[in-house]
Amino acid sequence: MVPRPFRLRQVRRETSDTFTLELEPADSAEGFCFRAGQFNMLYVFGVGEIPISISGNPANPRVLTHTTREVGTVTKAMGKLRRGDVIGVRGPFGTPWPIEQAEGADVVIVAGGIGLAPLRSALYHLLAQRDRYGKIVLLYGTRTPGDILYRRELQRWRAQFDLEVHITVDRALSGWRGNVGVVTSLIPRAPFDARNTVALVCGPEIMMRFAVLELQRRGVPPSHIYVSLERNMKCGVGVCGHCQLAPFFVCKDGPVFSYDKVQHLLEKREI
Amino acid sequence: MPQSGAEGKKRFVLLASQFQQLFDALKRLGYQIIAPTLLDGAIVYERVESVNELPVGFSDEQRAGVYRLKRRGDRAFFGYAVGPRSWKHYLYPPRQRLWQAKRDGDGGFRVIPEQEQTPRYAFVGVRACELAAIAIQDKVFLNGQYRDEYYQRRRESALLIAVNCAYPAGNCFCSSVGTGPRVREGFDLAITEVLNGKSHLLVIEVGSERGAAVLEGVDVQIATEEQWQQAQQAVDSATRRILKRLDTTDLKELLYRHLDSPHWEAVAKRCLTCSNCTMVCPTCFCHTVEDITNLQGTVAERWRRWDSCFHIDFSYIHGSPVRVSEASRYRQWITHKLASWQDQFGMLGCVGCGRCITWCPVGIDITEEIRALRRSEEGRVAPTVPKEESDANT
Ligand SMILES: Cc1cc2nc3c(=O)[nH]c(=O)nc-3n(C[C@H](O)[C@H](O)[C@H](O)COP(=O)(O)OP(=O)(O)OC[C@H]3O[C@@H](n4cnc5c(N)ncnc54)[C@H](O)[C@@H]3O)c2cc1C
Ligand code: SF4
Ligand code: SF4
Ligand code: FES
Repeated sequence: MVPRPFRLRQVRRETSDTFTLELEPADSAEGFCFRAGQFNMLYVFGVGEIPISISGNPANPRVLTHTTREVGTVTKAMGKLRRGDVIGVRGPFGTPWPIEQAEGADVVIVAGGIGLAPLRSALYHLLAQRDRYGKIVLLYGTRTPGDILYRRELQRWRAQFDLEVHITVDRALSGWRGNVGVVTSLIPRAPFDARNTVALVCGPEIMMRFAVLELQRRGVPPSHIYVSLERNMKCGVGVCGHCQLAPFFVCKDGPVFSYDKVQHLLEKREI
Repeated sequence: MPQSGAEGKKRFVLLASQFQQLFDALKRLGYQIIAPTLLDGAIVYERVESVNELPVGFSDEQRAGVYRLKRRGDRAFFGYAVGPRSWKHYLYPPRQRLWQAKRDGDGGFRVIPEQEQTPRYAFVGVRACELAAIAIQDKVFLNGQYRDEYYQRRRESALLIAVNCAYPAGNCFCSSVGTGPRVREGFDLAITEVLNGKSHLLVIEVGSERGAAVLEGVDVQIATEEQWQQAQQAVDSATRRILKRLDTTDLKELLYRHLDSPHWEAVAKRCLTCSNCTMVCPTCFCHTVEDITNLQGTVAERWRRWDSCFHIDFSYIHGSPVRVSEASRYRQWITHKLASWQDQFGMLGCVGCGRCITWCPVGIDITEEIRALRRSEEGRVAPTVPKEESDANT
């Protein structure tokens, strides 16, 4: 499967180390359909190819949106790209967030750092169908106030729709009047009906483990908690073997799993 | 080829002295012949032109961590078991270019799919366990929602000439996992070598139209019932000579129960994480990709290369690999082969060829490790058992 070329329409700096790319197909007018929670393999010419979640609106196939944090070789090279440059795209791959199944329920979204990116796609959908859901709560943790992603969009959504947003930071300088502490500390007080809630969780694995514990303590059953897992990925289609998590290929059986499916595995070390 | 009557059941016989005719027929049909041959002190699958390049009169001694060639004192073509190379070397090469990309003027690039000429192989000497391994890789590369076109092209053009094993090696345990030593399906032709004193015959079964086409123009006769029975006896005696066992009862449950076992630490003390076992294994399919460019940065290429779950960076995600300890990597390997493979593909990932045992520099034996896990459940301490004692227990 060869990459399809996409041209950068827009490059937006989100924070000091994250940026959002808006892409459109360079080869034809055919748009890009995907479901919230899926990811693409993005190829930077001659440098490498990495899995990145789609962070845009699933209802708009004309623009493909990705938000990336610069951590190493490929992500840093990607951060140097400019408007008009081309990157290769393979996808979409993987399982989506269960947003249709969540209709009629409260939805609580727990995001840590760049983990908000794939959840923004879900939020677009939830807010577009706002009346089909109960309460929608976003609990979001970042390192510092300067690391908050999509800040203006979140403010707008909060004002425009019935969306609860609670943000917490690990460290804050003076001037921050919000929460300080880990995102899991927001769960006990968050307004949702645990007996009728679907939880979507994405962030570092350790954060997800604690978030799930808190959600369960509130009474959300593991089968209503969904996590998006991260593993090394080279192919995205279940043949390179890199993303294995015991019986699962995270690239095609995941990355989104209901927690009851993976709980026993995430409790093991180095699996 | 004489007409095979209903009775003949597509069984033929070829004199050993005329074996070259079969090779010539393959060449006439445009096949590249890949067959066992001697290379650097081992029997490996390589391109050959003539039956004289086969390891005629050789046999192999195999034990945990040991491989040695021996002279047999006869003229057998196939008097040995499997060597370090498997057919995956040809169907799924160790390194393969997937595509190229060329820069064009305006910040963009064009992707050029790989246009290699698909080699047309005739594999001669595919053992029963290896047919099973090919069937497993078919499942991995061709049966998912994604079909690997690189594998598919090579696989579809390859002709498989199987050989029934008459002389299994010390690490063979195909009979425990139901793959051998008798060839049952998935071949174009299947040969059983019958060597009795002065009589030296090749009994040949036809498994496909393509196989039958090869026999056109080869001086085969319809096999007599007696010749067929002799061939059967050769394989039966092989079955009796296979001494190594793997108890497959509830293997999946056993391994999943032992994810936290202290036994993995004990194996890690011996395991060098050299990845030999995964390289020689005919079913291991893991690979990584490499992206390279020319000096000017105008042409880029994507290659894939065999990888191994024993490499520390195999599971790397930003910050640290998931499987850092040697223990966790050995556990991944054996758990994948014998347990999670069943969840993923509905079959074992091991065909009992014994390669990983022979080519392990420290002689770690997959069947012994399973035995040790079972013993640990009986409450006995037995991380490693001397070879003799363990054989006595099988
Ligand atoms: C399903 C999925 C979705 C993801 N979505 C996003 C996203 O939306 N935004 C974002 O910023 N990041 C995302 N990541 C993480 C992102 O893939 C890594 O940050 C990226 O691969 C790091 O590459 P690098 O070359 O810059 O880092 P290096 O540290 O130089 O890594 C070297 C190589 O290791 C592998 N690797 C390293 N870290 C990871 C990782 N965390 N996950 C998988 N492979 C890794 C890659 O092959 C990489 O090229 C996602 C990962 C997965 C598995
Ligand atoms: S695991 Fe070992 S014995 Fe089994 S198929 Fe692979 S190399 Fe052969
Ligand atoms: S045992 Fe290891 S190298 Fe072999 S297929 Fe499984 S994960 Fe890949
Ligand atoms: S990324 Fe290759 S198997 Fe999942």
